[in-house]
Amino acid sequence: MTLPFLIFLTLTALVLGGALAAMMLRDLIHSALALAVSLLGLAAVYLTLQAQFAGFAQVLVYVGAVAIVIVFAILLTRGSDPAGQPVFARGWPWGAAAAVAVFGVLAAGILRSPLAGTEPPAGVEAHAAEVGKHLMAEAVLPLEVTGLILTVALIGAAVIALREKVES
Amino acid sequence: MLKHWLVALAPAGVQPLFSAVISIAGVIAVFATLFALTTVAERKGLGRIQNRYGPNRVGPFGLLQPAADGLKSLTKEDLTPAAADRWVFFLAPLVLVVPAFLALSVLPMGRNMTMVDLDGGVLFFFAVGAATELSVFMAGWSSRNKYSLLGAMRAIAQMISYEVPLILSAVTAVMMAGSLSTDEIVAAQAGYTCGVPNWFVTTPWGLAGFLLFLVCAMAESNRSPFDLPEGESEIIAGYYIEYSGFKFALFFLGEYIGMFAVSGMAITLFLGGWNAPAACLDAVPSFVWFFAKLGCLIAFFIWVRGTLPRLRMDQLMNLAWKFMLPMALLNLLVAGLWRFAQPGPARWLACGAVLAGGYLTLARGLLEAGGVRGRRVYRFAE
Repeated sequence: MTLPFLIFLTLTALVLGGALAAMMLRDLIHSALALAVSLLGLAAVYLTLQAQFAGFAQVLVYVGAVAIVIVFAILLTRGSDPAGQPVFARGWPWGAAAAVAVFGVLAAGILRSPLAGTEPPAGVEAHAAEVGKHLMAEAVLPLEVTGLILTVALIGAAVIALREKVES
Repeated sequence: MLKHWLVALAPAGVQPLFSAVISIAGVIAVFATLFALTTVAERKGLGRIQNRYGPNRVGPFGLLQPAADGLKSLTKEDLTPAAADRWVFFLAPLVLVVPAFLALSVLPMGRNMTMVDLDGGVLFFFAVGAATELSVFMAGWSSRNKYSLLGAMRAIAQMISYEVPLILSAVTAVMMAGSLSTDEIVAAQAGYTCGVPNWFVTTPWGLAGFLLFLVCAMAESNRSPFDLPEGESEIIAGYYIEYSGFKFALFFLGEYIGMFAVSGMAITLFLGGWNAPAACLDAVPSFVWFFAKLGCLIAFFIWVRGTLPRLRMDQLMNLAWKFMLPMALLNLLVAGLWRFAQPGPARWLACGAVLAGGYLTLARGLLEAGGVRGRRVYRFAE
């Protein structure tokens, strides 16, 4: 067993363990923190794949923003007391079946794609400059559309937040 | 360099490891010492501003005060509230301190003195900074204390709000240098024009960006006038109210290291990094300049803390969203303009005029809306 493989195993355990903990812990806050651990592990996986930019962006966006927003939402909406009911709902086999089906479809899709068999070119590192060039040259339309959608979402959120209850 | 000489002494097989250990030990030792000195300087400086002596009992001029404080916090009882969430409570100080030190690793502290020169160094800096918010929340929530939870909520709201203009103002420097690597950003600021160093702060967008960055840095490190999360008179000490002994010391250390890191980033992005302020001073070792600039920024932070009163929550939010954010966006635009305009005094004046116009409009809008000066309208209290 080589060192990179060992590192990959450790990180996989971290990601899967975090995801499982996020699902199974009673306390919603604990779940959110476990999710943050899982996302951090995913960022580390990106780093081992020589994708520095994606890894750091993953930490910045998911651990820094998304996890915090989830935590904030939990605190603002309802009591963060542990739930009384059991973690597994009664219909859990159906959920598991759906999860397996989705996994199967995704895996089949990935394996059939032309990229499946190709080996990654050795010694190539995704530099931030390269990512930027591709984003601004080839993928500029999707980028702009994404930006537009995000702006619309931001304005929408502000409009919803503006509506205040006026009570005399 | 001393480090290379020391590394050469070690057997060849362990040299990379040995080199890393020396760098890490050096950074931790230097910044921990700086932390100790800063606490004394801060207490002395605040004392001077408030017309009293600072600490003056331990050692000459009270210089050994940090040693006494450190011993005290080591030997103090380490309390964990009975209702606290033990694991999260224990992890919170670590989640604060470790990323704070990690953030130091990408700062160029001198010529060839960047511990790890990453291709995405600036991105790395902000990514590890994100852990601070998580740590503050973990501390505030796990203590199971109303004040600490209030402090954590305040801290998160403040940090999220100010992180946006912080990163946007840093983006201008990245745009100009054309790289996310801290080394290359410093290299882009080398050299002199007519005796004036080519630091980004000497350009209109650089000056605006630097000021925005500095204000946001103050807010990110929870320092006065943005110390609402730990306002002593309101919520006692905010999110670390239940921490005692060494864990409290870790929080204290983490906050100061975070402040050093973000000041170091401001120096790297706008103040020319380790470059000397004049060509004739280039002979002075480069790290002297970095630490001199760091010292100036720390002194500025202490001065501001002794001078300005704490903001109110609504003032804080209005400042962030109605002034800092539009100003940072305008600054991005001006930086783009600067990049493609002809060099010369006209470019300087045009960009400066746009920024000054934006500043006046936004500031007037903020004042007229009663954002900062106006009376607060209370919804839930009389």
